[in-house]
Amino acid sequence: MTPPLEGRGWAADVRGSDAVIALSGDWIARICGVEADAAQRILASGARALSFNADKLGRWDSALVAFLSTLRDAAGNAGVSIDETGLPPPARQLLVLATGTAPTSAPFRETPFLERIGLWAFSVFDEGTEITTLIGETCLRSGAMLRGRAAMRGSDLLDCMRDAGAAAVPIVTIVNVLVGGILAFVGAVQLRRFGADIYVASMVGIAVVREMAALMTAIVMSGRTGGAYAANIATMQGNEEIDALRAIGIPVFDYLVLPRVLALTSMMPILYLYGCAVGIFGGFVVAVLTLNISPTAFIEEISRAVSGGQFGLGLAKSVTFGALIAIVGCRAGLRAGHSAADVGYAATSAVVAGIVGVIALDAAFAVCANALGL
Amino acid sequence: MTAHPAIEVTDLAIGFGTVIVQRDISFTVAAGSIFAIMGGSGCGKSTLLKAMIGLLRPSAGSILVGTDDYWAASDERRAEIGRGFGVLFQSGALWSSMSVAENVALPMRMLTSLDAVSIAALVRVKLSLVGLGSIGDIMPAELSGGMRKRAGLARALALDPGILFFDEPSAGLDPITAKRLDDLIRELRDGFGTTVVLVSHELPSLFEICDDGIFLDSATKTAIAHGAPRTLRDDCDHPTVHAFMNRQRPPDDPGIPGDDHAR
Repeated sequence: MTPPLEGRGWAADVRGSDAVIALSGDWIARICGVEADAAQRILASGARALSFNADKLGRWDSALVAFLSTLRDAAGNAGVSIDETGLPPPARQLLVLATGTAPTSAPFRETPFLERIGLWAFSVFDEGTEITTLIGETCLRSGAMLRGRAAMRGSDLLDCMRDAGAAAVPIVTIVNVLVGGILAFVGAVQLRRFGADIYVASMVGIAVVREMAALMTAIVMSGRTGGAYAANIATMQGNEEIDALRAIGIPVFDYLVLPRVLALTSMMPILYLYGCAVGIFGGFVVAVLTLNISPTAFIEEISRAVSGGQFGLGLAKSVTFGALIAIVGCRAGLRAGHSAADVGYAATSAVVAGIVGVIALDAAFAVCANALGL
Repeated sequence: MTAHPAIEVTDLAIGFGTVIVQRDISFTVAAGSIFAIMGGSGCGKSTLLKAMIGLLRPSAGSILVGTDDYWAASDERRAEIGRGFGVLFQSGALWSSMSVAENVALPMRMLTSLDAVSIAALVRVKLSLVGLGSIGDIMPAELSGGMRKRAGLARALALDPGILFFDEPSAGLDPITAKRLDDLIRELRDGFGTTVVLVSHELPSLFEICDDGIFLDSATKTAIAHGAPRTLRDDCDHPTVHAFMNRQRPPDDPGIPGDDHAR
């Protein structure tokens, strides 16, 4: 005596090569789910012809359709005939719609390690080429703009400048004041041990002017403005706004990229100088409050230590950082796909590439300045 | 057919803030029927749909879903009632970061306690019902407009809803694709016994699949006709409805196309 062949809501009565499957009770997908192996078990009974009895079937939804279509497709593959006349007519109608429900094993091939490295190298190379092209194009179009031949609207440039300049002042203030203060704290703790309190002033001055003001402002602007450029242009990409510009014949580069690059490149040196001022102010407050230094002594010492050459180096850095952040942001937006996920990806890659690029460039500047003895 | 209508709307007023888009709307949607919300562009069809699916609280009136007052219910109860709804948005509104199959699976994963095998089987059957059985692994961005709608429909079917809402199902589709979608809507209704509410101004679809409907007018800001689109086309005397159903310009046409919003 073989055990009865049955499952959740069904029981098969196998007689020789015929099997009658009696369906009973409710088949509600969200309550009872779908039995994984029902079709295999029914076919394993050796029946060659299946038919149904739905007299005791209660309420049903896609759970029944899933069961029946899987059984039908599996039976079709095994050459077993199926008689659907015993099923409720609506279910038969849905079965006609639901074809091809057999699970397909997708041919998934892991890319070999070396191939992945190769592909990655190619993509890095492509990216480098495109960034270089964009830099070149920026130079060319800026030249065209100076000769009055670029299709850029002055109002766009002013908007971008306000956004990348005045609107960024609060966060640039906070970050630079805090960094200046932190530098003074760190210096104070160490220098006090040698009685060299006064050199806190020169340390804060040199560190802020040479490095921190340009670097911190660039990192803040990369997150704030570079990310915004990428998200903005990527959303326009998704709405087909960029396609509309292209179709009408408005040069995308002049209209979208140029004002942003010029605005950020021109605003960054100003933000840098402002960052120097508030950074030194932060250091000044901390030094005067925690160390035995008079305000006059601090100011005298700092004006002795910081030279014009150091400002020149900082300004050169800030211009380069501004151009880099804007180009990377616009590039990430322009290459984005059309979906919401792509917007997030574009913003992320703009910020990450912006910050990494800024720090790498800063290192290159440090090496060059060292070699030139600046 | 059950004794209760699927949806009963009474004296509904909808709008944004102090701007009322439509008022005094009353109608019932019979269980298992295909109900059309009709009207010109900008008359408030989609706004009415938003009120019915829980996205916009009506300014006045009530919506009974089965025996529950939808908007008088608590937020939890309303979410529970909403699980019996499936909504196909105008452009599919597929979640772009997931494949089509994951789109269909997400409602089941988040809102039921089904195991992964059951969910996979149900996703397969739902995709195959809408004719997309083989493309589950594709990302939504790679789909054509018609496929996106069908994928959206498969997702709307994910929880085996009692009521399906469609916003402009055939907008932007070619006539053949639109006809296929109409047939699919009807076959799914016949198969699952689902109630269907659709917003549309595509005349061929309206005449072919709808059993009942309501016509919203943007000038008077209320419903000016009730009945199946076919009946309205043949028997309704109201000049606006008659012009709409027969694709003519109404007698008092101001002559500027697409200005319904401004009126």
